Amino acid sequence: MEDEVVLLDLCPSAFAMRVKIALEEKGVKYECKQEDLRNKSPLLLEMNPIHKKVPVLIHNGRPISESLIIVQYIDEVWNHKSPLLPSDPYQRSQALFWADYIDKKIYDSGRRIIWMEKEEQEEAKEELMQTLKTLEGELGDKLYFGGESMGYVDVALVPYTSWFYTYETCGNFSIEEGCPKLITWAKRCKENESVSKALIGPLEVYSFVLQLKKRL
Amino acid sequence: MAEELVLLGFWPSIFGMRVRIALAEKGLKYEYKEEDLWNKSDLLLQMNPVHKKVPVLIHKGKPVCESLILVQYIDEVWHNKSPLLPSDPYQRSVARFWADFVDKKIFDLGRKIWRTRGEEHAAAKKEFIESLKLLEGELGNKPYFGGENLGYVDVVFVPCYSWFYAYEKCGNFSIEEECPKLIAWAKRCMQKESVSKSLVDQEKIYGFVLHMNKVLGIE
Repeated sequence: MEDEVVLLDLCPSAFAMRVKIALEEKGVKYECKQEDLRNKSPLLLEMNPIHKKVPVLIHNGRPISESLIIVQYIDEVWNHKSPLLPSDPYQRSQALFWADYIDKKIYDSGRRIIWMEKEEQEEAKEELMQTLKTLEGELGDKLYFGGESMGYVDVALVPYTSWFYTYETCGNFSIEEGCPKLITWAKRCKENESVSKALIGPLEVYSFVLQLKKRL
Repeated sequence: MAEELVLLGFWPSIFGMRVRIALAEKGLKYEYKEEDLWNKSDLLLQMNPVHKKVPVLIHKGKPVCESLILVQYIDEVWHNKSPLLPSDPYQRSVARFWADFVDKKIFDLGRKIWRTRGEEHAAAKKEFIESLKLLEGELGNKPYFGGENLGYVDVVFVPCYSWFYAYEKCGNFSIEEECPKLIAWAKRCMQKESVSKSLVDQEKIYGFVLHMNKVLGIE
């Protein structure tokens, strides 16, 4: 019996991009359904009644929500190819730690850079740069956070690089100046087909944010 | 061979209690070190330089941080006894979802109940009760979230029971009235030694909250 895989998606969402990369890495065929967050579909409300958010993966009719939980699920179910999490429990705990760190830090700093001004924005910029520098330190001299090939932390972080141009333009600063190694790493990731297929371009993200700003 | 386990914790912390329950379920011996969060030890700062928070489990000299990650780690390394996460990937994703829900909702909203006043307090209390009811719905008629035995979600959520009395006093409401099945579940969990020995007495937690409110100047 063939797997039925549906992804409830929002193109610019970094969280949704993570799931797409994971599915592409595993060579899973899936159907993508775009959601309008101002007019959520009955399917979304049925499949994620608790948070009513995207992404949601629907596998043979059963929903899985929360992007990092979805990526872990994909890694466990389609375990024949491209393992994302290490097999060693300690290494696995470290990968989970860094993905959790990314979740705790980047989205909120980024949001404040886009929407706030002056002191609040400055504070958010400093926090973001500190976070990215810490991640750069964790990457070290490795090709990827996962080592020789992309892993869980790479999948968790790389979608945010589509948002860097938006953060830089709204905040008037350069991420590359502060974190050149991270930018090199991002370019390396994009050479992987799974990433280049899943990520949307920085200008598309910026245009999406401008539209949001116009509405308010 | 001794497992060389050291747990850095802070006694009222629900996050630390989770780890203690998991370690007890697996029958593991460990050394516990109480941290003073206003005067953090060199060991804590060395073992968790990123967040500087507890709990931290140090296993053969290597640190693991973040309580949900910690409980999963313990479950994976000592997988021969009392499995906490299900073996099926879908059931595992459901357990992780609800553990994440507890972390996103219960702790933060509970904190707002004892630390804030006025409108913020009222809004937090309302959402807190709604969240508890959602968890009660997920429990359904099962004895535990894990089914017939304690599982991951039980371990993650039951430490919040230590704080229920404090929330009730600060919020002037009764959790048992709102969610009787949840209280029954918590009492059922407390019959397990791993839980009863790991949870802090509710009155002690309330005393801690009163002390903190004094220190923070909250009336």
